[in-house]
Amino acid sequence: MVASSTPQPLLRMEGITKSYGSVQVLHGVELSVGRGEVLGLLGENGAGKSTLLNILNGVIQRDTGSIVIDGSPVEFTGPKQAQEAGLAFIHQELSVLPYLSVAENVFLNRLPRRKGAPWLVDWAACYRQAGEILERLAVKIHPRTLVGSLGTAEQELVEIAKALSMNARIITMDEPTASLTESEIERLFTLMRALKADGVSVIYVSHRLDEVAEICDRATILRDGKIVNTVDAQTTDSHALATMMVGRELSELFPKTEHERGRETLRVSNLSTVKVDDVSFTAHAGEVLGIAGLVGSGRTELVRAVFGADPITSGEVFVNGEAVTLDSPGTAIRHGIGLVPEDRKLQGAVLSMTNAHNITLAGLSKVSRWGQLDRGGEKQAAKRLIQDLQVTPSRIEQETGRLSGGNQQKVVLAKWLFAGSDILIVDEPTRGVDVGARAAIHGLLNDLAGQGTTIIMISSDLPEVMGMSDRILVMHEGRIAGELPRKDFSEEAIVMYASGLEPTTEGAKA
Amino acid sequence: MSSTAQMDRPVDADAPKRRWAGLNIRAENLASGVVLVGLVIVLSVVSPAFLSFSNFLDIARVVAITGVIAAGMTLVIITAGIDLSVGSTVGLVGAVTASLVAGSASNSPFVTDFKLPVSLAVLVGLAVGSAIGFLNGLIITKTRIEPFMATLGTMIFVRGLVYLFTGGYPIHFDPMPHDFAFIGQGAVLGIPTPVWLFAIVVAALWWASRRMSVGRAIYAIGGNPEAARLSGLKVDRTKIFVYTLLGFLAGLAGIILTSRLASADTVNGQGYELIAISGVVIGGTSLGGGRGSVIGSLIGVFTVGVIQNALNLFGASTQVQYVVTGLVLLLAISLDGIARLRRRT
Repeated sequence: MVASSTPQPLLRMEGITKSYGSVQVLHGVELSVGRGEVLGLLGENGAGKSTLLNILNGVIQRDTGSIVIDGSPVEFTGPKQAQEAGLAFIHQELSVLPYLSVAENVFLNRLPRRKGAPWLVDWAACYRQAGEILERLAVKIHPRTLVGSLGTAEQELVEIAKALSMNARIITMDEPTASLTESEIERLFTLMRALKADGVSVIYVSHRLDEVAEICDRATILRDGKIVNTVDAQTTDSHALATMMVGRELSELFPKTEHERGRETLRVSNLSTVKVDDVSFTAHAGEVLGIAGLVGSGRTELVRAVFGADPITSGEVFVNGEAVTLDSPGTAIRHGIGLVPEDRKLQGAVLSMTNAHNITLAGLSKVSRWGQLDRGGEKQAAKRLIQDLQVTPSRIEQETGRLSGGNQQKVVLAKWLFAGSDILIVDEPTRGVDVGARAAIHGLLNDLAGQGTTIIMISSDLPEVMGMSDRILVMHEGRIAGELPRKDFSEEAIVMYASGLEPTTEGAKA
Repeated sequence: MSSTAQMDRPVDADAPKRRWAGLNIRAENLASGVVLVGLVIVLSVVSPAFLSFSNFLDIARVVAITGVIAAGMTLVIITAGIDLSVGSTVGLVGAVTASLVAGSASNSPFVTDFKLPVSLAVLVGLAVGSAIGFLNGLIITKTRIEPFMATLGTMIFVRGLVYLFTGGYPIHFDPMPHDFAFIGQGAVLGIPTPVWLFAIVVAALWWASRRMSVGRAIYAIGGNPEAARLSGLKVDRTKIFVYTLLGFLAGLAGIILTSRLASADTVNGQGYELIAISGVVIGGTSLGGGRGSVIGSLIGVFTVGVIQNALNLFGASTQVQYVVTGLVLLLAISLDGIARLRRRT
């Protein structure tokens, strides 16, 4: 660890551990933040950042370890205690109330009361005090404005104002810039520098490495629930940060089988949507095409548009050379496209239905004639797929909602096997899935590719996407920032492209 | 990583809990049947008048009208929707059909000498009912208004049309054609016509919901609309279909009621939406969508019917009947709510 510039840090977390069941997600994490310091907290998705920050802000409880603020140890039983101790947590998804005014949001639950009549709100004081805080932040928003009429960036400022009104000394910001434009980010940074000058400390989580050098004093890198290093953010370059974030060998979990890349099956040309900007690519029979990039980079939006689930603003999609009208998922399915969506519970499976019914859902025409279901044929097909994919428990009448995450995902995959998809798009196929099911899903995707299916796989898990893919497209802000053939795969190259930077030559060539 | 860990854990730790949940859900489905059988046994012991074939036929005849609506309402509720306008549809279709049947008369300027054969008049009535249902479906799918609010609107709108059409006067028959009387007052093989119609409707809807792909789509849409859409199902079209079907069935109920009462009054069908919804919910169909069955609703409407019949036999006043029916509905809805909470955790 690099020694902190201040002799006694404002916040010190020591030996923090946390386990869920038998899985340990934090292994004795140490972290310190000085007064008026901006500390960057870096790590891949799943490195344990959220768990650590939730512990700091009293949302969840640690197993062991200590938290010391201003020299005295603290114990939070809930978020309220943490707030009272001077901590504020600004989440990526803002928690402002759109139909209330700025002042009401700032003083929510703590509206100033009239002297002598504490059951009445002192609105004059409320607006005046809110105005003072906004002024201190040099923010030009009127306290009476409805928060819902503000832009995302301004809503974020309201959250910060709220934190300051509670006399927060340590503000945690979880990816605050994810949905901000360049100029809004600049404005946020100006504000953060003002906070620094006021002695307020900030823990800043971001995936954008270029921002870290710009705003952070030091950066702590978390990987697999352990602290890798704490470095001086000003003198460490993005490349080194990326290496520390990923820094591991490809595991042998991904038995990549080499097979012939066949003819072109999918061609996407100049596709644009609200979140996707002029994207073109092709995919081939027997190929596993990986799509990497940060959450929010437009990966999911891209594949949903190809599948006809979201409206497009321009562009075309060809399946086996034939133009496809992107009007509905039904059309895409008829052209042999399948989509395993990123959220299994909200988009993938109908949890209240049985496994058999979920499996045949996208191919009902295969088990029905004149609208009459062939229930015998349906049961047989479902039974076979459940055996092939080793779904447990294997009863076809089992309600899918009662299965574990991995088995639910197998049922969703079985749905597309039953529908006979030639182009299978899988969005974070192994998120929230246990190790065994994860290997089974990887094996299945490999087998399908071997049989000539085109697999398009989105994954935030770099070892996974690198282990499985023949080719990787990296997205950044709605565009394809880079394309890597298998021989040029490197985690550094992907992270650099995903951060909107050009990889250096030692990483990979574009 | 933390999310992986959270997903892994419940697989082992909560297995016994889940078996319990399984028992509970099956118990819910059984509950309405057990309650009905229990009620019948208790009432048979307490009141000799209850346990007679004629009394059972009487219950069936009363239940048939709201039961036809409840069968259609079941499909709507399985899609996670609701339709409050059916009672008004009963009133409008009854009045429109009555006005077109020979022998009908009223002070309303809309009831003219223009008459149609009974079969055509019935078809016009069913078309009006279907049109109201179609309108409901269209509003709900195209504007994304909550079904509760949208159909509250059509409920008031259509009831207003009833008042306009009848001018506030009841439509009488002098005399009622035999063919039309047969619908509500006739019998085949000793079983009243409305009971036959009810049986046919229940059988057809049960078949459609369990043995046809449209039924599968209805359950999928109610269980998870986004997953249904991403599986290529036509969500909007299916919803419009179930609302149209319910409008059609509410129209049928309106025609049966008008024939049975031999008059079309402005208040005909008022409150039927609540009786039908009570039957559906008591029958175990979840207001959250995705779960339930037409057969459950059959049991549910009979439970409501038996309770009302018993209250009649004991000479309870209409006021008391309202209170009891309301309590039963509250109980059923609370049980459904608790069951849904339990499934979520």
